[in-house]
Amino acid sequence: MIDFEIPTPIKRQVQFITMLGEQVMRPVARYYDEHETERPWDYINLIWPTIRERGGRSFSIEDGKEKTDKDGKPRPRIGYLMLAHVVEALSWGDAGLYLCTPGGGLGGAAVDATGTPEQKERFLKRFGEGEPKWAAMAMTEPHCGSDTAAIRTTARLSEDGKEWILNGEKIFVTGGLMAAKESRGFVVVWATVDPSAGRAGIKPFVVEAGTPGMTVTKLEHKHGIRVSDTAAIVFNDCRIPYDNILGSPEVVKSDTESKGFKGAMKTFDATRPLVAASALGIARAALEFTASYLKERGVKVRYGVAPHLQTAVERDLINMEMQHRAGWLLVLKAVTKMDAGEENALDASMAKVKAGQVATYVTQKAVELLGPEGYSCKLLVEKWMRDARINDIYEGTGQINRLIVARRLLGYTSRELR
Amino acid sequence: MISFTPSEEQQLIIDTVRRYAVDRMRPAAYEADEKRTIPQDIIARGWDLGLLPSAIPEQYGGFGEAHQALTGVLAAEELGYGDLSMALYLMTPNLFAIPILHYGTEEQKQKWLPRLVEGGFAPYTAALVEPRWSFDPHALHTVAEREGNVYEITGHKAMAPLAAEAQAFLVYAREGDTTQAFIIERGTEGLTVLERESFMGIRALPTYELRLDDVHVPASCRLGGEQGIDIDHLMNYSRVALAALAVGVARGAFEYARDYAKQREAFGKPIAQNQAIAFMLAEMAIEVEAARLMTYEAAWHLDKGHNATQQAALAKAYADEMALMVTDRAVQILGGHGYIREHPVERWLRNGRGFSTFLGLAMV
Repeated sequence: MIDFEIPTPIKRQVQFITMLGEQVMRPVARYYDEHETERPWDYINLIWPTIRERGGRSFSIEDGKEKTDKDGKPRPRIGYLMLAHVVEALSWGDAGLYLCTPGGGLGGAAVDATGTPEQKERFLKRFGEGEPKWAAMAMTEPHCGSDTAAIRTTARLSEDGKEWILNGEKIFVTGGLMAAKESRGFVVVWATVDPSAGRAGIKPFVVEAGTPGMTVTKLEHKHGIRVSDTAAIVFNDCRIPYDNILGSPEVVKSDTESKGFKGAMKTFDATRPLVAASALGIARAALEFTASYLKERGVKVRYGVAPHLQTAVERDLINMEMQHRAGWLLVLKAVTKMDAGEENALDASMAKVKAGQVATYVTQKAVELLGPEGYSCKLLVEKWMRDARINDIYEGTGQINRLIVARRLLGYTSRELR
Repeated sequence: MISFTPSEEQQLIIDTVRRYAVDRMRPAAYEADEKRTIPQDIIARGWDLGLLPSAIPEQYGGFGEAHQALTGVLAAEELGYGDLSMALYLMTPNLFAIPILHYGTEEQKQKWLPRLVEGGFAPYTAALVEPRWSFDPHALHTVAEREGNVYEITGHKAMAPLAAEAQAFLVYAREGDTTQAFIIERGTEGLTVLERESFMGIRALPTYELRLDDVHVPASCRLGGEQGIDIDHLMNYSRVALAALAVGVARGAFEYARDYAKQREAFGKPIAQNQAIAFMLAEMAIEVEAARLMTYEAAWHLDKGHNATQQAALAKAYADEMALMVTDRAVQILGGHGYIREHPVERWLRNGRGFSTFLGLAMV
């Protein structure tokens, strides 16, 4: 049954985060944008107890237990729907701070998508106890971004077969510093066990923070989301236990049932709608601010007036609003399918394409509509524009996601449509 | 709980209407557009789908329980996918029935609704649009003035479908500073149906200009009696209907371009294997899907009884632009062939361009 009613627990959660955004995130957003090397411990320490309470398994929501309502009927899973709303609302507060949120993050998502039950327990348990921790995902290398099959970081077995030895360099690791060095977290590193095997040889490995041979060599200075650290990490004969290869160890031997690269893709099915949600959170911040700023100054939006009778500003605002809504509904569809356990790769990429584009457009337009005020660092609008821009780039650029959408629509393999 | 899956009953309606669209509408669409006429058996078959009667409660001659905009838009998308002229033709009686269903006095419902749904397709229509660039449903130039128990209506209307044969019209006019609707029967003195209009698209749909010169109707013909109507709320049923039709038209154009691009070869491979083409197709599909979800959402709000003007207006504005973009790109993907009338995409572009001006031309 087609329905747009947001479940009450999600509404409540969004209300709570909105308050957090207004009272905690927004007031310090500018400060951390200007002090990008400082860690936002005030925000981290404030939010960590909430995350820890929920087991920190923000991405690990497939607990296998069928929830039932008071009549004993199975209750539909809303894990990813909830998460999309949470991510959207946090990003509405501040996207940079949202990315600093302790917990499993993208690394946790990879463990969740590709790990065995034992591994999930071993790696994710930490997010429910003790001090704040982070997990990051290391995929991109200096010579390859979207072309992940070209990964050169290697993982070879030690002579006694008890360890993996990693060598290579990863860049653009979101939260890499926090995961690899500043907390007892971990980094999921995608490396090849057989460079001649192409994609089939690429596997995910968990490297615990502080493992000898793993070094954070550089922190990037970015256009936006500055408070979130973006690390370069070098692996130099970095030894990790054999059991830290995600998925059952047999995957190494099997070429056909490769959980490796498919695992990366499955991770993306879960994370792309969430990146899209983050993008749209920023867009909503810009949209709401611009609309109310203009309204206070006498610019009203009349809905349902024919386009040729609207003022230019009215038309821009309506366009921003409808583009935003279009993106958000695509996100909702992608996460709803995820929750239902349905194949959602097409929906995930569609949502990502749209949201990346919408967030960029809406925030850039907001700067324009507010004139010199929009461009000024007095307001957060210019920051939102810089923060939003990453969303059409990371977790698959808009172009890569268009390629994925097109392949699926046309029934082409990656060889047929390059 | 958020869901995007139609109910079983709705899915059955979708499937049935889609079959009609593919088997009946599509094969006849080219000739209908060229000859500017729709074969009567296609309309009769379309009427047999029972879409309007199923929106009208039993007490007024239909077989529906409650009118649902959501079910209406699901069907409308499929009709639009078939052919826009035929879809608008078939849905013309809705323009008369839906406003009466929502705002009619008990007497008006009893009098008119059974006539619309008992028996075959009956041409009842409405006249909202006016032939001026600044047309605005909130500020009509057609004026209704009350004197005692009689309204005197004067004005000039356009884009009234099936007006030449219509049994009765719902004419929208300005009364004071509101827009109200008046039921005017065929043959009423002062009401003249002018020549058939000609537009860039929807060429198989006969539409007409109307003149109203001091047309006198009793006050009982004012829709909703003393209460009258809320034009904005009523227009929401038109906005979602047109948005759904736009989604249907665009979906058809996307599918046609996709299939063509996979089969047409250039430089030794299908043109769809070029990113320039593939990316256009990806974006077309994304936009169609987004417009569809916005249409569903707006219709859902309407059925929930919410004030849905914002959602319906956004859905329509989005679908208007989407339909133009998607049909235009379909023409581009077919290249020179896209410009030739034997391929339907040029017709879909002519039809697609119209949505921004189609307010009031369809309702669910």
